[in-house]
Amino acid sequence: MIVRVKLFALTQDLAGCEEVSLDLEEPVTVGAIRKNLGESVEVLQPVLGSCAFAVNNEYALDSVMVQETDEVACLPPVSGG
Amino acid sequence: MVELTEKPIDVPAITGTVTSPTSGAVVLFLGTTRQFTDAKETVTLTYTAYAPMATSEMEKLESQAKARWPIDQCVLIHRLGEVPIGEASVAVAVSTPHRRDAFEAASWLMDRLKELVPVWKKEHWSGGSTDWVHPGLVQRPNENTLQ
Repeated sequence: MIVRVKLFALTQDLAGCEEVSLDLEEPVTVGAIRKNLGESVEVLQPVLGSCAFAVNNEYALDSVMVQETDEVACLPPVSGG
Repeated sequence: MVELTEKPIDVPAITGTVTSPTSGAVVLFLGTTRQFTDAKETVTLTYTAYAPMATSEMEKLESQAKARWPIDQCVLIHRLGEVPIGEASVAVAVSTPHRRDAFEAASWLMDRLKELVPVWKKEHWSGGSTDWVHPGLVQRPNENTLQ
């Protein structure tokens, strides 16, 4: 299934785009997305271990299952304030 | 109430919102953009967000704070886009019957906001370079680029 991953801040600059589409075999977890994203966009690999992921606007651990209609985001460490 | 805005934060409006006849305490915290970080000079800062999640995370913090302290009114505002030096990038305001709760709640809200709300800051330094601020980011060597 196709999963689209939104990128922000440094990850967006490194990848040169706001979103990456990944083609993954089901069932899909956040951990599989993290792994595949690093393989598909190699320049992101060094920082992905420090990034959080969100599914449908909620922080999601690597074990969380993802459906094709879910909104997935890769979140580098935040720095608001 | 929570808000993301690209406009300057209206401080009198915030104090007007949180001031309440049932409250004896109003605490307002403003996070303002700083000119110097150690020896490096910042010209300006820009903020970007994952807006829908930032809004929902701020709403969660508001409801968690209200469950923990006797808060009458609560305002969380984060500015996005370019924020010139000396202007507020974030505002947290709470009103409570007594001052200790207001101080504690405002401090807790600000700390949690900096940990959880997906907003990112980019420093524009005086030398012309820029840096994203990502506390705790570890850049591991990329196996694919090693010789």
